[in-house]
Amino acid sequence: MTSVDTTQGVRRRKAASPFLRVAKRIGASLFSVIATLFGLLFVTFLIARVMPIDPVLAVVGERASNEIYEAAYKQLGLDQPFIVQFFYYVRDVVTGNFGMSNLTARPVLDDIARVFPATLELATLATIIGVLFGIPAGVVSAVYEGRWPDQVIRFIGLFGYSMPIFWIGLIGLMVFYGKLGWVGGPGRLDIFYEDIIPSVTGMILVDSLIARDWTIFWNAVSHIILPASILGYYSLAYISRMTRSFMLEQLGQEYITTARVKGLSETKVIWRHALGNVMIPLITVIVLSYASLLEGSVLTEVIFAWPGLGNYITNALLSADMNAVLGGTVIVGLVFVGLNLLSDFLYKIVDPRSR
Amino acid sequence: MLFKKSIAALSLTTALVLPMIGAIPAAHAETPPNMLVVAHRIDDLISLDPQEMFEFSGTDYANSVYQTLVDYDDRDFSKGFGPSIAESWDISEDGKTYTFKIADGMKFASGNPITAKDVEFSLRRAILLKKTPSFILTQFGFTEDNLGETLVAKDDSTFVLVTDKKYAPSFVLNCMTSAIASIVDSKVVQEHEVDGDLGNAWLKVNSAGSGAFNLTSWKPNESLTISSNPNFSGGEPAMKRVIIRHIPESATQRLLLEKGDVDIARNLTPEDVAGLADDKHLKVQQDLRGRVMYLSMNQGDETLSNPKVIEAIKYLIDYDGMADSFLKGQYIVHQAFLPLSYLGELKDKPFKLDIEKAKALLAEAGYEDGFEVEFIVRTEQDRLDIAQALQNNFAQAGIKVSIIQGTGKEILGKYRARDFQIYVGVWGPDYPDPQTNADTFASNPDNSLEAKLTGKLAWRNAWPATGFTERTEAAVQESDTAKRAQMYVDMQKDFQKEAPFAIMFQKTEQNGLGADVEGYSMGAAITGSYYGNVTK
Amino acid sequence: MTEKTETGGLKAWLNADVPTSPSHAKAIQAYLGWLKLVANPLAFLGFLILVALVLCAAFAPYIAPADPLAQNLAERLSPPGSGGYLLGSDELGRDIFSRIVYGSRITLMIVTLVALTAPVFGLLVGTFAGYMGGWIDEALMRITDIFLAFPKLVLALAFVAALGAGIENAILAIAITSWPAYARIARAETLTIRNSDFISAVRLQGAGTLHIIVRHIWPLCLSSIVVRMTLDMAGIILTAAGLGFLGLGAQPPMPEWGAMISAGRKFILDQWWVATMPGLAIFIVSLGFNLLGDGLRDILDPKKSKS
Repeated sequence: MTSVDTTQGVRRRKAASPFLRVAKRIGASLFSVIATLFGLLFVTFLIARVMPIDPVLAVVGERASNEIYEAAYKQLGLDQPFIVQFFYYVRDVVTGNFGMSNLTARPVLDDIARVFPATLELATLATIIGVLFGIPAGVVSAVYEGRWPDQVIRFIGLFGYSMPIFWIGLIGLMVFYGKLGWVGGPGRLDIFYEDIIPSVTGMILVDSLIARDWTIFWNAVSHIILPASILGYYSLAYISRMTRSFMLEQLGQEYITTARVKGLSETKVIWRHALGNVMIPLITVIVLSYASLLEGSVLTEVIFAWPGLGNYITNALLSADMNAVLGGTVIVGLVFVGLNLLSDFLYKIVDPRSR
Repeated sequence: MLFKKSIAALSLTTALVLPMIGAIPAAHAETPPNMLVVAHRIDDLISLDPQEMFEFSGTDYANSVYQTLVDYDDRDFSKGFGPSIAESWDISEDGKTYTFKIADGMKFASGNPITAKDVEFSLRRAILLKKTPSFILTQFGFTEDNLGETLVAKDDSTFVLVTDKKYAPSFVLNCMTSAIASIVDSKVVQEHEVDGDLGNAWLKVNSAGSGAFNLTSWKPNESLTISSNPNFSGGEPAMKRVIIRHIPESATQRLLLEKGDVDIARNLTPEDVAGLADDKHLKVQQDLRGRVMYLSMNQGDETLSNPKVIEAIKYLIDYDGMADSFLKGQYIVHQAFLPLSYLGELKDKPFKLDIEKAKALLAEAGYEDGFEVEFIVRTEQDRLDIAQALQNNFAQAGIKVSIIQGTGKEILGKYRARDFQIYVGVWGPDYPDPQTNADTFASNPDNSLEAKLTGKLAWRNAWPATGFTERTEAAVQESDTAKRAQMYVDMQKDFQKEAPFAIMFQKTEQNGLGADVEGYSMGAAITGSYYGNVTK
Repeated sequence: MTEKTETGGLKAWLNADVPTSPSHAKAIQAYLGWLKLVANPLAFLGFLILVALVLCAAFAPYIAPADPLAQNLAERLSPPGSGGYLLGSDELGRDIFSRIVYGSRITLMIVTLVALTAPVFGLLVGTFAGYMGGWIDEALMRITDIFLAFPKLVLALAFVAALGAGIENAILAIAITSWPAYARIARAETLTIRNSDFISAVRLQGAGTLHIIVRHIWPLCLSSIVVRMTLDMAGIILTAAGLGFLGLGAQPPMPEWGAMISAGRKFILDQWWVATMPGLAIFIVSLGFNLLGDGLRDILDPKKSKS
């Protein structure tokens, strides 16, 4: 799932005056963001239109008579030519109006504001777990390259990487919630705790801290820990793999040998010098893996009844709720493109070689 | 070197322990005593406006939040409909004018009194909004133009309804119990009217009723919360809050139930119901439902319109085999289009799996070697299982079946467009009167493609329903109830023989409940579930 | 047949210090790679798993004890080991082991078809963009970015929903979602090769653009593409299974593993084997691909500096 590409930091660079260069770069980035988003919108719109699901039925329900159907058809603007529909849609989106969702009868932006924090919370925690365990595992793996700690760590990483998430989710739920009762069940909270604390950020962990409601906080923790661990395991596998490969490259460099010859302790050499140099490309990797988690892990959300973005878009898609699909996709696209730019930026700012 | 080893060991342990990180003790709690938590699949809900909603979960909601002129007793459905908002009614000699006397002293949740004006507003609203279920009322001849004469509040406590011709009174009053005839608070709704929408946009996500509960919050595909209504005429319910959580998976519902995180699990598979049996903290409640599972053959298809083929296919279904195995507790064998417990029910089961007979029939029709055919089925496990079992049965007679599955909307789109060969699916009655199913299965006044009578199953299957259409029309006007019932019985017997529909099963529903939950009504085949009488 | 009689000679030939011909050089390289593979236990394990998968698919009718589609409602949901069901039976009384064995064919088909389409298309787009540069590069990379910015499974879902559920469309959808990564890699490689001396030399000799891309640039991009592909295979299997799980992949009664899990999940509490067995199968195969891919990367990665 985390099929991000680390080669993208390598782009052509031409010498020019610093100001012109910066202006040019900002202009180019802006253009590419807009072009990407526009293309994204167009492709999604196209897909939504060729889909054999009837959006009118989604509005009027199963047993509508023909007149009712026709009226809804017109109301949705489906009698207009495709390009006209697209034009209207883009015009609305530019003014910040993503339309109403047919499925929820609410503005799409409101819906997304409701579901996105759930995904954000899960993705953030998963990434933290991935980083916390993935980096040390990757470093150890590199240091012991080819020997048993390396083999074991890699095997554990690949193990996690190979499991169908919907399957391990089901089994995890059955074992840890059903049989052992160690964690909370599906959903973000026990049902009767819902709607008790005021929603500030939409992230229950944060909201309950703000409200200082420890019961709810721990309840939320017990619910998020399993899906976050499973997703975190995935991101761990990816991060440790990349850390290992970056570290191997560094450990073969001359300055490491020099440092060793100078008598620096092995700890310092590995954790300070080598890892320090690896941090920059690693940040890119982490940001991108975070981005892919933010897209919403549809299957995890389905299994854990997690009301997040992936779940929302999938539901909308299967019900031909086009405004919701388009809105969701644009938001995901924005997040992805934004984080991509950020990682590019970090790379260029911090990496001495690209200055 | 020593140091290296210790990091290795440390990282290794952490990596091994990681999957165990869930080992934080979960705050496990029973649901609070005055709160009912229900696990249910509620993703069909698209609007909470009673004059618009037409989904299964919608019926449950309307039962809890709204009242109607006449209603059933949720503790005993065999009594038939009785007074509710109307304390009594009279029917004129010619059988066309119904005069309702509105009960004194009843109030909406808002505190406004319920008057005949609210009844007039609500029923007219149903006609004017022209939403999907409006046909339940318009079939009595109410139109936008004649509302001034047909649906009228004479004064605050008298409401008069005039039908276009004589109908069986049971038919008219049965329809008055359905969700679309819910009485809404006209003052509150009118306050929220936008651009002449009769408050539709607002009522889609809010409530203005007089039922046992009020809407607290609705998060589509997530949860629906209702709170008790202190003004309810039946007395404020014991449950102050009912939370219906959308949980699509049966296994998940069961886990939640076993853990005490929910009180009622509504969508359990037979396997999960069986799994509950030994748990003394839980119990199972079963009830008949109105839905019938059927297979239908598109008569636009040359092969499938052959009467011998139609008959053969009815013998290629392993009714008992399915009902006794994977459908156990979910469906019972039933082969007539009216659900059991409806007026005019027919219990005959003339068909059973008989491969030889089917082969002989196919040979007579000129298909000794069978043929290839496509099923369309929506992606739902019980239907898929049935479709696969049928696929296997059919293969034994040389009929090669391919199954096309899709989302409900996708499959329905094909079905309504007559773009299919064989459909496997369910039909649920719209209101508790035999007319509802007779009209869709056995009536098709105009079979032409242009007619687009997409609401009728007979039309969707391009079946002209010759003879049946007229008999349906006659039955619905018969004022002698016993005679009316017999007409349906006879009609269904012929339908079993001729129609391109193989009715296979009737739904039964098994819900898992906490042992302390009492008074929960599942609504039988007649209506939806009702939480107003629940105690625990 | 000559190999058999000249085993010693072959070994010597493969171990030769100085290759005698280009094909000899390639053979030596392949042999050295093989040695490295065998020396890496994890990668070799992965290799063995995949060999087993291929054998299983090829000899499915001989391995499977029963017809994967034969139903027996009376014996439904039998636990593993009972009634002649090695891994138990499913909700329609079909033998799960036989279904898994036959399912390996579907998995193999998915993997093969995706491997034959996505990387090739990505390679084409990437090398072309990288070599041509200018606005062509810009335009192609924008399109690539659009597809990259899509949520993966959502895009696949959308395509399947648009084209209709089914195994062919699922494969197509996966291919459509996975080519951009290859395009990026191929472009990056091309950029580093494009201005090298040997390409200039070829260009001076009058070779056409297409010729240069196909004959000189493609071969150099190949190893990174292959490594990436092997690593992606596990993801592809998981995505296909995910689509099957959501009812949009292979259609019944095909014994596709993801669809089998999906059907079995309603029995997960009491008849755990129905969902667990196909899950294990998916897990083992994708582990195989991951192990092999990881090993291959170590072996083929020229940057790596062991010894």
